[in-house]
Amino acid sequence: MTDTIITERFDLVIIGAGSAGLAAAAAAAKAGVQKILVLEKEDHPGGILLQCVHNGFGLHRYKEELTGPEYAERVLAESCHHAIDLRCGAMVLSITPEKVIRYSGEKYGYRQACAKTIICATGADERTRGAVRIPGDRPTGVMTAGLAQHYMNLDGYMVGRRVFILGSGDIGLIMSRRVALEGGQVLGVAELMPYSNGLARNIAQCLNDFGIPLYLSHTVRIIRGKDRLEQIVLSQVDGNFDFIPGTDKTFDVDTLLLSVGLIPSNRLLTDLGVRLHPKTGGPVVDETLQTSVPGVFSCGNSLHVHDLADFVSIEGETAGLAAARYLAGETGRLSDSAPLIKTEPGEGISYLLPAKLHTENAGEFLLKFRVKKPYRNVALLLKENGRLIRKVKKPYLLPAEMENLRLKREELVEPAGTLTLEIADE
Amino acid sequence: MSKTKLPAEMICIVCPRGCHLRVDENLNVTGNACSRGVVYAKTELTHPTRTITSTVRLTGSAVGRVPVKTSEPIPKERIFDVMAEIQRQKAAAPVDCGQVLIKNILGLGADLVATRTIRS
Repeated sequence: MTDTIITERFDLVIIGAGSAGLAAAAAAAKAGVQKILVLEKEDHPGGILLQCVHNGFGLHRYKEELTGPEYAERVLAESCHHAIDLRCGAMVLSITPEKVIRYSGEKYGYRQACAKTIICATGADERTRGAVRIPGDRPTGVMTAGLAQHYMNLDGYMVGRRVFILGSGDIGLIMSRRVALEGGQVLGVAELMPYSNGLARNIAQCLNDFGIPLYLSHTVRIIRGKDRLEQIVLSQVDGNFDFIPGTDKTFDVDTLLLSVGLIPSNRLLTDLGVRLHPKTGGPVVDETLQTSVPGVFSCGNSLHVHDLADFVSIEGETAGLAAARYLAGETGRLSDSAPLIKTEPGEGISYLLPAKLHTENAGEFLLKFRVKKPYRNVALLLKENGRLIRKVKKPYLLPAEMENLRLKREELVEPAGTLTLEIADE
Repeated sequence: MSKTKLPAEMICIVCPRGCHLRVDENLNVTGNACSRGVVYAKTELTHPTRTITSTVRLTGSAVGRVPVKTSEPIPKERIFDVMAEIQRQKAAAPVDCGQVLIKNILGLGADLVATRTIRS
């Protein structure tokens, strides 16, 4: 043991080598950033893509249908650059206000990296049984769908024989099919909401193909089992999510998979004092994806939960490019008094990103948002200080699908104020 | 599925967009955003097919499974026959992404290929 910790200096340190982090690294290197360090806690780069063995990735970005690992391989090839130092098996422990990143790993021991800029691409955590407060016994066999995916696709363990799935998000639907393909019996998928939270294609190809019933407005009321899960009781809920008496259905199952949402993983940033968005759980960012701490950027599922890896990659590139411009002194060092447009979600909009736009910074802004409930044949109204500047007709809008809206600088009249997005009848 | 009465409605599964397709009595497809939707709807009503993805046991590596897929969609009614073949299969590292693990699986005209490069 020596007394001094190995300390290295980098222009940019990226935390996380999943689709967001790798795309950010590639974009920053391409923009001329010289010294980039990418830290990944797992032994292989690729993040969650590696366990997503199903296909459907890359249709936007590569114009072909890839599986998760194939997509990861493409992204990794693109981030092969002499400026990028990728270190796997390196767990980041803390970030100091001086942008010193402390990490440890078998290969590296305990080290620190001094960064001029940081991109946090740390993904999201799954909500657990505790987060949705399901009463009953505490047997084994109750786990999150993503964990089950890791067991099955990376470790090669079958998670159960008689399986029930709570939550109709895409991970839950994908895992229903996965369990069914491997010979498990999937007795059903329950969804608290009156509509599914997954992509329509996944309802079709993961549930309907295998004859798996979907119970809308239902949730698990009781979990029973001494050591292993033995039984669950499913109940229907009303409009206030209260159980409707007399609607109990019991299922004898050995496994319950929970696909009940993701929470952006931002512990490193909250320790640093980065302000989080109450709705998304990710940092409050401007159009360059810069957080409330200058020089610290956020992208991917740690900024807000995405449905498609393709969009995560694009967001990673935005952050990588923004970090490069910040390093070159071009942008991102605007004072607090710089003209600012605040964005606000209006009627029917669950959240709207980014939270603030610097009008002197960019020629075009990419707004991202989700709706609160499903809509058919409606119009999106974009208003600047109450004045309508854009109306977009939409045949379908679903909470499960993140929407994009490109806004040109010229469309805005004022350099500052409030931009709202709302849904109105067509 | 192949006996679906027309007109029929279905969700296109070609891409995540998930178009709501309608097929009339003359096999005319509407609601599609691209040409692949037309092909999908007609195939789905005549002889539905699916691409299968799974994993295969891997030896000689710290990684225990290599992900695989069928290089082409296979008939939907043969899904579990193909899965049985995949479950019997073993592979040894190193494996390259795209490497054929089973040529012409069950004579269905599709290969089983690895979808990840695993060196050791």
